Amino acid sequence: MPDSTAIGQSALETANPANSANTANHEHPSYLRHHFASVEQQADTANFAMWLFLLTEVMFFGGLFTAYLIYRNWYYPAFVAGSHQLNVYWGTLNTVVLICSSFTMAMGVWCAQTRRRSGLVLCLILTLILGLGFLGIKTIEYSEKIEKHHVPGFHYSLQSFLDPDSDAAAKAAGDRPLPLDMARHTEVYFSLYFLMTGMHALHMIIGIGILGFMILRARAGAYTAGHTTFVLNFGLYWHFVDIIWIYLFALLYLISRHA
Amino acid sequence: MSDTIVSLPDQSTARIPKDNFLTRENGLLSWLLTGDHKRIAILYLISITFFFFIGGALAGLIRLELLTPQADLMATDTYNKVFSMHGIIMIFLFLVPSVPATLGNFFMPMMIGAKDLALPRINLLSWYLYVIGGILVVYTMVNGGVDTGWTFTTPLSTHYVNTNVVTTGLAVFVAGFSSVFTGLNFIVTIHKMRAPGMTWFRMPLFVWSNYAASILMVLGTPVLAITIVLVLLERTTGIGVFDPAKGGDPLLFQHLFWFYSHPAVYIMILPGMGVISETISTFSRKRVFGYTAVAFSSVAIAVFSFFVWAHHMFIMGISNYSTLVFSLMTMLVAVPSAIKIFNWTFTLYKGSITFETPMLYTFGFMGLFTIGGLTGVFLGTSGTDIHLTETYFIVAHFHFVMVGGMLMAFLAGIHFWWPKMTGRMYPEKISQLAALVTFIGFNFTFFPQFILGVLGMPRRYAAYPPEFQVLNVFSTAGATILGVGYLLPVLYLTWSLKYGAIAGDNPWQATGLEWQTQSPPLTENFKEIPVMDHEAYDYEWLENQQQAERNRAGQNPERQKEMEAPSAG
Repeated sequence: MPDSTAIGQSALETANPANSANTANHEHPSYLRHHFASVEQQADTANFAMWLFLLTEVMFFGGLFTAYLIYRNWYYPAFVAGSHQLNVYWGTLNTVVLICSSFTMAMGVWCAQTRRRSGLVLCLILTLILGLGFLGIKTIEYSEKIEKHHVPGFHYSLQSFLDPDSDAAAKAAGDRPLPLDMARHTEVYFSLYFLMTGMHALHMIIGIGILGFMILRARAGAYTAGHTTFVLNFGLYWHFVDIIWIYLFALLYLISRHA
Repeated sequence: MSDTIVSLPDQSTARIPKDNFLTRENGLLSWLLTGDHKRIAILYLISITFFFFIGGALAGLIRLELLTPQADLMATDTYNKVFSMHGIIMIFLFLVPSVPATLGNFFMPMMIGAKDLALPRINLLSWYLYVIGGILVVYTMVNGGVDTGWTFTTPLSTHYVNTNVVTTGLAVFVAGFSSVFTGLNFIVTIHKMRAPGMTWFRMPLFVWSNYAASILMVLGTPVLAITIVLVLLERTTGIGVFDPAKGGDPLLFQHLFWFYSHPAVYIMILPGMGVISETISTFSRKRVFGYTAVAFSSVAIAVFSFFVWAHHMFIMGISNYSTLVFSLMTMLVAVPSAIKIFNWTFTLYKGSITFETPMLYTFGFMGLFTIGGLTGVFLGTSGTDIHLTETYFIVAHFHFVMVGGMLMAFLAGIHFWWPKMTGRMYPEKISQLAALVTFIGFNFTFFPQFILGVLGMPRRYAAYPPEFQVLNVFSTAGATILGVGYLLPVLYLTWSLKYGAIAGDNPWQATGLEWQTQSPPLTENFKEIPVMDHEAYDYEWLENQQQAERNRAGQNPERQKEMEAPSAG
């Protein structure tokens, strides 16, 4: 029992910002919500909540990644042939675009923290433009799939996999004709391709919507007066979406592209 | 030793405090736009009660149909829809939010000495998501219902039924996010909002069990969400993730679905276990035996429950090796549940036990949950499972856990905290009667189903061989009694809102921080942030506190008058 009091004492000092805040926090900034004892506690809480939310996102995408892993193991040749139909140049460009947008976003967070309003607005606008650029390139890629009848469910053609010589991309990759059974499984690959990139694109669209809102607020100076939580947390979200893409790029585009 | 611990203020002078969370603001909008966790809890309480009675009415229809061996009350298709809607409503719209979103929402912040949940607006959002999910379910019912069962089994749900899978799926998806946000909010609150001195091991066990359930909500529910999305897209656009014709595997759906839906049963039961820890301590005047073990058993249940999902799939063609492992893990998850039951029993030992209504429900919980849990071990054993699965044994098993366990715990909690929520006591005698009626009705309803299951009556059929009729009549008769048992609380609790005795701050002489403030509480919960300087369930502390209070009042009659003045005015 003597231990428990000691633990209690230390927790009194460390785990509870309420204590220290009463003395440290003389002024009440307008953004401090009524149920928090201090600005630090509020910022801490919001940040922790964001990480938890990203954890739920990991689990959400986790279901798709599980499906991907299982089917890739079962239908490897179909997945290789399917990935040869993706345009790796567009994919690489998109990866670069997204990493750049993560950089501008990180710079935006820095600008907010160092109270540079015009810098923050510029960074957010750049992030927005890069995000839109990513979606534009994704649209080009999707339209290629539609033209080649690689959209599962709607109009799916096995031509490229049964007769690779008739298909420029498959021919360039040196594909051999797949047996009918395996060729059919390319539909699973494209199902996952559209699901995973589609779900990712949906997150991008939501992110771009929030970016638009943030730009308006940033111009009014909302984030450069000390209260940067929103920018910081959105930055986490944006980086998360970026990381998801990096996995998607490797798993969907680069399946057999090793030496 | 007195036979009751209830200590009410003098009824001739006592008044409900004028300023409390119910009276601070008025008007419909002050409720619909509120950020107050207590008001949101009340909103939840009203909405889940509404759906509970819809789900209950459907259960009544099921039992009525099963009164006779022939499918004569409704067409077999209709029967499929009725039991599907019963399951969907009861699980997603009642059991999952039942204790966390109502009692947890109301009391968890108070128990840790916080002014509110960490994210009040997210809390309100989660109620609106719940309502949207509920409206979609009602729309589905009006539109003809769905007949896949609550499990949305593929390829049945994606290819073969023409009922409202899409709207139901959307409902579950949206209601799922309501649960994600509740769980997220709870975890953040428990980590960041504890009052000074409120260490992890001074938290009431109710908080611990809600914490464990929240972990499950946050980690499990998103997997259900993506699974539902896949089912809906497969149904509407024809992509082929679960479609065997394209190389997809329906078993993958089962894995993903049960990865959520097995932990989900612990989302449903863990907060109920938290209620039991509170009531059993209060009504035997003892600190919960083995506090730390009970706290960690909640976390252990949360962790283990993620590794048992395939016991729902023993007859679906999974490999013998995974059957073996999952069977073993299933037995392991029974250990922390048993730790709880044993520790509660030891808490009773040499306690000053009194038999107020919450305690009666608690005893009901302990008996019925133990039977439900033990039959779960039978079902986790793959040999017996292959015989018993898809029979009424399963139905009896999970109703013992969910209705006998969770619903009993929910009712225990509602009665226990009713005085704190409303400031008024419920009528004791009639509610003791209701607890008894519920217990008797429950056993009549579901015990025969164990026997029916062993005899081989399959679940999910409107008709059955005539030799099963006697037990089915028993079951239906019991359901009628059970229905009365559930209707009674609604009536007398509503009555008590106006006519109940004034409860005062701490009618049970309980130790939780939520009892050390006025009833109903202030909007900001406490006049000043409390400092936790004692362990949980420390009745000696409470005694000393009250002694000191009496001494102060005795020494200084002026002060006593002062203290009484606001409550009298």
